[in-house]
Amino acid sequence: MSQVLFFIAGFGAIAGAVGVVMLRDPFYAVLALVVHLLSLAVLFLLLRAEFVAAVQVVVYAGAVMVLYVFVVAYVGGREEPIGELLRGRGPAGAQLRLGAAIIGGALLVELLIALLGTGLEAVGGDGAPYAPGPKTFGTPAYIGQLLLTRFLLVFEVASLLLLIAAVGAVVLARRRGGIEEDGERRVALTPLDLIRPRETGTMAEGVGGVPFAIARAREENDGARASEPVATAGTGADEEGGW
Amino acid sequence: MTTTTFGWLVLLFPLLGTLIVGFGYRVLPGRSAGVIGTAAIGLAFAAALGALISLESHPSSHQELTSSLWNYANTVGVDAKVSILVDPLSVFMILIVSGISSMIHLYSISYLEEDRGFARYFAYLNFFVFSMLLLVLAGNFLLLIVGWAFVGAASYLLISFWYRRTTATRAGIKAFVINVVGDAGLVLGTYFIFKHTHTLDFLGTFAAAPHVFHTGEADIVAGCLLLLVGAIAKSAQIPLHTWLPDAMEGPTPVSALIHAATMVTAGVYLIARMHVLFELAPAAQDTGAVIGAVTLLIAGTIALVQTDIKRVIAYSTMSQIGYMIMGVSVGAYAAGMFHLMTHAFFKALLFMGAGSIIGAMAGEQSLQKMGGFRKALPFTFACFVIGGLALSGIPPFSGFFSKDEILLVTGELGGWHWTLYVIGYIGAFLTAIYTFRMIFRAFYGDPVPEAQELEAGHLHHVEVARNPATGEVEDTDVGFPGPHHTIAERAQGMRFAMTVLAIGAVGAGLVQIPEVDEVITNFLRPTFADSPLYEPHTRNGLLVFGLCLGTALGLSGIAIAYRIWVKNPAFAVRARERFGAVYELLAHKWYFDELIDALVVRPAAIAGRFATGTFERVFVQDTLVGGSTGIVRAGSAAVRAVQSGFLRYYAALLLLGVSGVAFYFLLQT
Amino acid sequence: MAIGWYLAVSAIVFALGAAGVMVRRNPLVVLLCLELMLNGANLALVAFSRMWGNGDGQVFALIVMTVAACEVCIGLGLIVAIHRRKLPIDVDELRELQG
Repeated sequence: MSQVLFFIAGFGAIAGAVGVVMLRDPFYAVLALVVHLLSLAVLFLLLRAEFVAAVQVVVYAGAVMVLYVFVVAYVGGREEPIGELLRGRGPAGAQLRLGAAIIGGALLVELLIALLGTGLEAVGGDGAPYAPGPKTFGTPAYIGQLLLTRFLLVFEVASLLLLIAAVGAVVLARRRGGIEEDGERRVALTPLDLIRPRETGTMAEGVGGVPFAIARAREENDGARASEPVATAGTGADEEGGW
Repeated sequence: MTTTTFGWLVLLFPLLGTLIVGFGYRVLPGRSAGVIGTAAIGLAFAAALGALISLESHPSSHQELTSSLWNYANTVGVDAKVSILVDPLSVFMILIVSGISSMIHLYSISYLEEDRGFARYFAYLNFFVFSMLLLVLAGNFLLLIVGWAFVGAASYLLISFWYRRTTATRAGIKAFVINVVGDAGLVLGTYFIFKHTHTLDFLGTFAAAPHVFHTGEADIVAGCLLLLVGAIAKSAQIPLHTWLPDAMEGPTPVSALIHAATMVTAGVYLIARMHVLFELAPAAQDTGAVIGAVTLLIAGTIALVQTDIKRVIAYSTMSQIGYMIMGVSVGAYAAGMFHLMTHAFFKALLFMGAGSIIGAMAGEQSLQKMGGFRKALPFTFACFVIGGLALSGIPPFSGFFSKDEILLVTGELGGWHWTLYVIGYIGAFLTAIYTFRMIFRAFYGDPVPEAQELEAGHLHHVEVARNPATGEVEDTDVGFPGPHHTIAERAQGMRFAMTVLAIGAVGAGLVQIPEVDEVITNFLRPTFADSPLYEPHTRNGLLVFGLCLGTALGLSGIAIAYRIWVKNPAFAVRARERFGAVYELLAHKWYFDELIDALVVRPAAIAGRFATGTFERVFVQDTLVGGSTGIVRAGSAAVRAVQSGFLRYYAALLLLGVSGVAFYFLLQT
Repeated sequence: MAIGWYLAVSAIVFALGAAGVMVRRNPLVVLLCLELMLNGANLALVAFSRMWGNGDGQVFALIVMTVAACEVCIGLGLIVAIHRRKLPIDVDELRELQG
């Protein structure tokens, strides 16, 4: 029975993976990934990892993929079929596509050899013996106990990571003060610009009296105003792009 | 006040003069720079007199006194202090140097009156005097070399004093470069001697030398020959003499001081000071004598055809220094130094007179344009005659006694030295001829327009200043001579200085009349006591013969000059045509300039052009520098290509890397 | 089933994800393929945990899931910000960070 289930789930996982890689529309790719995740949850159950399977469905397929769906709906974007991609359009060219396929294949072969040819006897077996109970292997209680005893630090660090991610997301999503909006150039002032006394900086400053960064931002913001020599004095190397 | 304290004071005053004038030139008003400079040298002369008196109060055997201030170079094997050696020889030299210098400073105040570089001149001149005094007072080789180098630098600064004149700057460079050759010889010679004596101190070296070296040993001969190279370069002897005529580009007082009385005598001083070493290397002594003799003859012949008045006197200097070098090389130390003293007097006097007549000509220096100044410049004429008679060796003027004494000692040595004796008298004959040629051409004959103007009471003035050698137009601003020219008859300072020197030219000979009084010989004896060549030999017949011969040659030379240039000027023209080839040889200065140009200057220029154009451009710039930057650029370009900006490319590289690592670990198992 | 089978599936999924990261041009899909790789790793971890019989692998898998969630959050935020600035959503076009 479990073999049948294994093959169904395994097939589902691989099919989902293939779908993610090959499907043209990103929305369909997201859906394929959901299929893959659910198949993986079944595989986890087969491996006696009940809690992990539950988390997989609830968090991964449930929350993360929903987020993905939202973003794909908002951003969208279509793409050429994989065949054309592989044939080499665009800047990267055919070599990269072909190379990617080759690398992927090589990686697969290598991993298979690594994982299956390890010489570990247990790989051929079913795993450790299993006795059911409230705190047996794989139950939430079991995982919870592990998390709060042996892996406490890991647990705390993971929560810190989540906090950081949340803050980052908020910062990324802000409209003002974070990322520059179109048409509005913020000044890239280094701390040095702020503490440096006037008339001790560049030649432009000596001529015009303001730090160069501010002068250039002003010049670009007020395009109508005729640009003074402020921004042109002493900028030759920068404006040519250097190397 | 000890003797050595006087020695330090002698050094201190010119140094202070240099510093005060040099740093304060902007604030010093009018001619005070000149007054300060002259006062500094005057004080130095007073200190030198003090040193003399104090030295003589010591017993004869204790007249070599040293004093050190601090350690100058104290490293492995070398222990040199800043020390001076006050002994009769150095006191003799400092008296001459400071005495003549003070008179020349006084002369310069009037001569360079409206020159824009007045203060700079006196700073340089004081620096020169300081360097020369340092050279003669040095108590070890290191300080001698320092003074030697400083003197060369001061000479360069003063020759190219009118620095906007291209001829002057070129002459300064020429002098400096040739002097550097001499410096190299001096330093290398010092090394050869130091190698065995292991001390740089003079007294220590001279004490150790006879024990460390065998006579004629290779190292001492090499060392002395190299020292001789230094002496030759500084004293303008063949073949390193070509700088001296060109050095006449400097102001006339500079020529008087540096290129007549003091700097060019440094070589003579060197050989006299190192007499202990030279006596251990007879080959070097003979070389020196031969070079001196050759120089005095060649220089004498060249002076016969020179038209620039200062160059006549310059070649005369070269010739007389030849006498001195010859003298100290064969062992006539007292005679050589005596001639140095008398020569300083009359040669400086001649140069000062030349300055006066050049002033009357408003900067023109060519004898061909001068004539008949006898009535217009009586004082100058008198000085010229006194100097000329002294130079020609006419009794009772000073040159007579000194020159003949050198030749006497040479004759007494016998053997091949008779050649030198003969050459010496031929040189004396030539000296008389060219000296009075100069005097007769300048002062006799019909007065030229400038002389007529002067007789009427008006000093000639030119509207457009010109370079006397090339005739190109100049102005009178800084870097060129000032607009003011002066003659001795109108400038009291000049007259006073020239009078003092004239008295010296006349009377200095009286201190060393053979068989009568030998002040110089006795005075210098403590320095040369260790020399077997020093004591005067019996003279008898040779002495009288020599004196009569010298007088006869001198007078006949004057007579011949009179006949040719006063009575029968056409004769000179006909002689030139008849002996055209000889004239060309002499007029081109025996082609030494061309020879050195072909042998040294051109190869050096070619090597320099090769170095810049080929070696440096191709090898260093393009290959080494360009190559390494090119390699770095190419390498970084290659590395930069990895950062293409393509995300997928990076991902691919990442995965490739991971596969590689996994593969590695796979292989390990 | 023997543990080896699960490991094989994991390897296939991981390799597919890797190939997808290298091939696809839409950054959203690239992130999806990244998720694939993470899941493949998760599967391997859980399989090994079953093999050894202790829960370390499962805890590891949980943490991996956490990390994946955070990373998706930030990645999608970036893409949204890029989209807001009207830049093309194409990994090949976004290549200003070059040397």
